[in-house]
Amino acid sequence: MALFEATHLHKRFGDQVVLEDISLAFEEGQVSGIMGPNGAGKTTCFNVLTGRYKPDRGRVTFDGEDITGVAPHRIVAKGISRSFQIMTLFDEFTALDNVVMALPSTRRRGFDGLHALDGDSAAQDRAAEIMGRVGLKGREGVNAKSLSYGERRALEIGVALATEPRLLFVDEPTAGLGTEATARLTDLMRELKRYTTIVVIEHDMRFLFALADKISVIHWGQVIAQGTPDELRANRWVRRSNIGELANA
Amino acid sequence: MTLPAMQYDRRETTAWITRPILVMAVVFATLPLWIETVGLYQYLGVEVLIWIVFALGFNLLLGYTGLPSFGHGAFFGIGAYAFGLAQFEVWANLWFCLAAAIVVTGAFGAVTALFLAHRRGIYFALMSIAFGQIFYFIASKWTDVTKGEDGLLNIARLPADFGVAEVSIQSNTALYYFCYAVMMVLIVLLWRLTNSPFGRTLRAIKQNETRVAFIGYPVRLYKWAAFTLSCGIAGLAGGLFAMAQEGAYINIMSLQWSGTIVLIVLIGGGFVSFWGPVLGVILYFVARDILGAYTEAWLLWFGLMFVVLVMFKPDGIAGMWRGWVAPRLRGRGATTPAPRPAESRS
Repeated sequence: MALFEATHLHKRFGDQVVLEDISLAFEEGQVSGIMGPNGAGKTTCFNVLTGRYKPDRGRVTFDGEDITGVAPHRIVAKGISRSFQIMTLFDEFTALDNVVMALPSTRRRGFDGLHALDGDSAAQDRAAEIMGRVGLKGREGVNAKSLSYGERRALEIGVALATEPRLLFVDEPTAGLGTEATARLTDLMRELKRYTTIVVIEHDMRFLFALADKISVIHWGQVIAQGTPDELRANRWVRRSNIGELANA
Repeated sequence: MTLPAMQYDRRETTAWITRPILVMAVVFATLPLWIETVGLYQYLGVEVLIWIVFALGFNLLLGYTGLPSFGHGAFFGIGAYAFGLAQFEVWANLWFCLAAAIVVTGAFGAVTALFLAHRRGIYFALMSIAFGQIFYFIASKWTDVTKGEDGLLNIARLPADFGVAEVSIQSNTALYYFCYAVMMVLIVLLWRLTNSPFGRTLRAIKQNETRVAFIGYPVRLYKWAAFTLSCGIAGLAGGLFAMAQEGAYINIMSLQWSGTIVLIVLIGGGFVSFWGPVLGVILYFVARDILGAYTEAWLLWFGLMFVVLVMFKPDGIAGMWRGWVAPRLRGRGATTPAPRPAESRS
């Protein structure tokens, strides 16, 4: 059984159907990709999978447990984390404090109103270690808003990682990154794969084909193709669409 | 570069007593000795202290959690009524009545917060006005309890009973020192709270509520708790105010006073600094008495000052301090290297 399964998801906003009968499964230890053109419903799909929106129909299970419609903070506690396409860092905190905030140890003492969070050196060490992992060593004391765009992207992933997820959803991590930064990100994701299961939404085909074990193509709110990168390259539907051209490029 | 909002040096955030707290302690401890020499009067000091308590509690919502409550005067008023009613109907003991003011107001706040905790921004603001108005009208119409427009009269300044000795706080100076003690305890506790994991979570909610939920925090529960706590502190201030005024009156619950506390906290710089509300209260009351001596229309000048400040320096007085004065003070004393990376500023 897959670690994470979504079956027959439907989601509509008003009279617009955004997801129509989507079923996806993500295997433990793999990198799964979700791709599709703009407006295909990728981000909505992500939002439904991570509990931001409740699906109108369908079921989401994680490790055998039904998590359909469960509030985001509870889903995080079960071991699912996500990064955002539009970066959602805490700009008034230092980079390190962004990560400290996301640590389960900090969260567990969230209602401690007496002791200084700055005095928690164990949390700071742990956060610094995570920052090193996403390539931000030495940038701990910089305020999040003063980081470069690429660094903010990396920190966004660091914050998601800090919750110690078994399953990490990453929303368009390469958006706005140059080739060099994208290459670094590819390395980072390969490295992360060793600790955690990853699902990536992306429309950078080259990035996704280089990284993912399995890819689902979403279009018009449906999964139109699924398979390994090689299978998709051979797929009739994918080849006929502009997606296929990009994939073969 | 200006410090980010509410960010302080690690040496301060981990301490119980900091330099600004000591300055507060000294300035306000000596105030009754010199306030009359500068042409003001003792009762003003009492008012300032009480409003500092109110403003600091209010800023837990506005400055720390980013929740603009425009109906907070109602809770200040509820605290005053609760203090008076506890004194008349239950037990005329200072500690009991103050506790009643805190608990009753906190309970009103807790129920209100059930309706507000999932709102944000303008929706939160409008809902808070609505609740403030509801409480105002209940208080003005329920004359059996609140005595309506007349108010609760003859609320006593109850003696502080310490078991072995009873201290009268009948005179303005004695009441002043009682309020001073309350304020100092509150400041120390709030300083700890705002730099604790709980306070940090509130600051995070102010910046990005969605993100806080997606790193696993039950955001609504935190907002509910912050609102309830803030109302409890407003109740404490209200209880003290009932003693100061020797009565509880409806006007304090009006929309105008709810707006005044927002104005005070913004002018002082509550958005960027723990100390913003304190500066705002001092400025407001001094302006009222000094400008008020020259012109009936002092509020016009105060309002203009507010407009100018919002246009040119929206971070308020504390923002100016953090932008101009504090970096120079730091620069002078910056011979010691930062002990941990997170302390260096970009």
